[in-house]
Amino acid sequence: MRTDLLRRSTILAGSLLLLVALAGASVCVGAQAVAPAEVLKAFTDYTGSAEHIIVRDIRGPRTILAVCVGAALGTAGALVQTLTRNPLAEPGILGVTGGAGFAITVGAALGLAGSQITQLLLAFAGSVIAALVVHSVGRSSPLRLVLAGTALSSLLAGISLGLRLLMPTVFDEFRFWYIGSLAGREQSPFLIPLVLLLLALVGAMAVTRPLNALALGEQVASTLGAHILRTRLAVLVLITVLAATATAVAGPIAFVGLIVPHLARRPAGGSIPWLMAYTMVLSPVLLLVSDILSRVLLPTGEVPVAVVTAFLGGPVLIWAVRRYGTVTL
Amino acid sequence: MTSLVLRAGRFSARAERRTVVVSSALVVVALALGLLGLCYGAAWATPGEALAALAGQGDSVVVIREWRLPRVTAALVFGAALGVAGAVFQNLTRNALGSPDIIGLDAGAYTGALLVTVLLSGGAATLAAGSIAGGLLAAAAIYLLSWKAGVSGLRLIVIGIAMNAILTALNNWIVLRAELEVAIAMTSWSAGSLNGVDWADITPGLTVLAVLFLLMAALSQAMHQSVLGDEFAASTGVNLNVLRPLVVLVGVGCTATVTAVAGPIVFVALAAPQIGRRLAGAAGVPFVPAALSGAVLLLAADLAAQMLLAPTSLPVGVMTTAVGGTYFIWLLFKETKKS
Repeated sequence: MRTDLLRRSTILAGSLLLLVALAGASVCVGAQAVAPAEVLKAFTDYTGSAEHIIVRDIRGPRTILAVCVGAALGTAGALVQTLTRNPLAEPGILGVTGGAGFAITVGAALGLAGSQITQLLLAFAGSVIAALVVHSVGRSSPLRLVLAGTALSSLLAGISLGLRLLMPTVFDEFRFWYIGSLAGREQSPFLIPLVLLLLALVGAMAVTRPLNALALGEQVASTLGAHILRTRLAVLVLITVLAATATAVAGPIAFVGLIVPHLARRPAGGSIPWLMAYTMVLSPVLLLVSDILSRVLLPTGEVPVAVVTAFLGGPVLIWAVRRYGTVTL
Repeated sequence: MTSLVLRAGRFSARAERRTVVVSSALVVVALALGLLGLCYGAAWATPGEALAALAGQGDSVVVIREWRLPRVTAALVFGAALGVAGAVFQNLTRNALGSPDIIGLDAGAYTGALLVTVLLSGGAATLAAGSIAGGLLAAAAIYLLSWKAGVSGLRLIVIGIAMNAILTALNNWIVLRAELEVAIAMTSWSAGSLNGVDWADITPGLTVLAVLFLLMAALSQAMHQSVLGDEFAASTGVNLNVLRPLVVLVGVGCTATVTAVAGPIVFVALAAPQIGRRLAGAAGVPFVPAALSGAVLLLAADLAAQMLLAPTSLPVGVMTTAVGGTYFIWLLFKETKKS
């Protein structure tokens, strides 16, 4: 038991180190490379040089965003997978992020998405409605749920495309957002979404204990004193806040919530608190790697980060389908 | 059920009466919509004028014969091709959701076309060859990946969805890397559009499709036998090991050819075979009603895309996504309620 704890803590510490190293790399790499020593100076000995401005005003905030959005998407994925016992579930695949994105697009078309608060509210409403539709259409099997989510996402994406083509001027500022990208997102204030995400992440850690009990079955859970209905409701609220806020900030990014919980499940060994902890550390790692790749994959300009995650996530979905097929967790 | 049998020497064709009636009705609808397509445009031509122009008389011969006729022809033939492709894969997977655009064959064809354009910068023929090769490779990859002691329809479809995500990401990256002119041409194409097609664009595609339709007509009887079960097909003299690859070739060829010319037009291949099947009241997914429904669907969608926000013309792909996507979700919902 003791060595088990030691092993798990070591893996967590290693993951944290990896995260810190990648966050550093994310600040250094880009159109203009900045030396690591210069990055440190930007915080300790700020001179206002071009490099210092890049570090403090562009790449630093962008890295913070990537860490928080990544953690949110991964945690939402781990929560959905645990709650529905469906190894293929993920907010992007289930159409939750698609619903949030669509609601913001429609809001913008109606002239409602001006402020950040309304954007967040629209995203919440959109993701809740999308989740309800997908659940009622595809609840009979994990594979069917994936089909329903994909169909809804592509339907909403099609309508969004139509709206964008109709009102090009309205959507000019959303051009990169709708594909799912972190580029330039650090320029708009992100304090409110960040606080929301951090609160929801703390909440996700708090529900792991009752979720652990729930994983043993409803009867055992209620014998152990867990409030089943309250737990389910809390988890649903958390998933919505995490997925919708992440989408409002960075646009629809799929597959992060699918890949990381599958990686984290083996070292966690059936413990949901550990699964959540690993997911929270490793998801930002994945998004940072994808974001760094998105900056270096093109000779000029950037690939949207969602393109990178889709390319990495597709093979994981194929693997998961072959491994788990129609079974539930 | 009453059926009609036509004989001409060695050849004979047999069809259910209802299928014949439905097919004739669909042909009439398609022709009526086609006439509407010839009349509608920046300047309205009366049906009389349009028909006269087709015969080479009147002032609007160029507008009707060189601008509107290729677009109407493309919508009808491409729609039929998508209907056939959908029927092929729905028959093979025995699942109403098995459609080439859902499982990533469109995306694969697009990848092939992109690679050919970027690397070889070839003409229409190489573009068609590239997209067919891309579609076939994607089909082979999906089939191999979903093989696990046999192929289950639903597993194949979800693996196809994953493949679609990977290939779409790859396509985005290639477009972003490409030279600016190529990128602009490719982006407008990627929505799936018939805006501004002319005879030079569609003639190679029409030729390829004609060959594929003939091949499919030759195979359709054997295909219907195979739908009744593998043993039945084998005992009535159908060689499945020859039939299946040929049929896949036709299905992928149809999808890829349409994709090469007009871009990925989604959901027609999904909806048309099911609509045709319900109209004809047939078992399995019959090909002729599927093709005719596809033709009617795509032409109607293209007309709606032109009229809805005139004078702006939406890509027809946006229209088919909106209508077909709703239909797809409804189909899933009905299946879930049943089970």
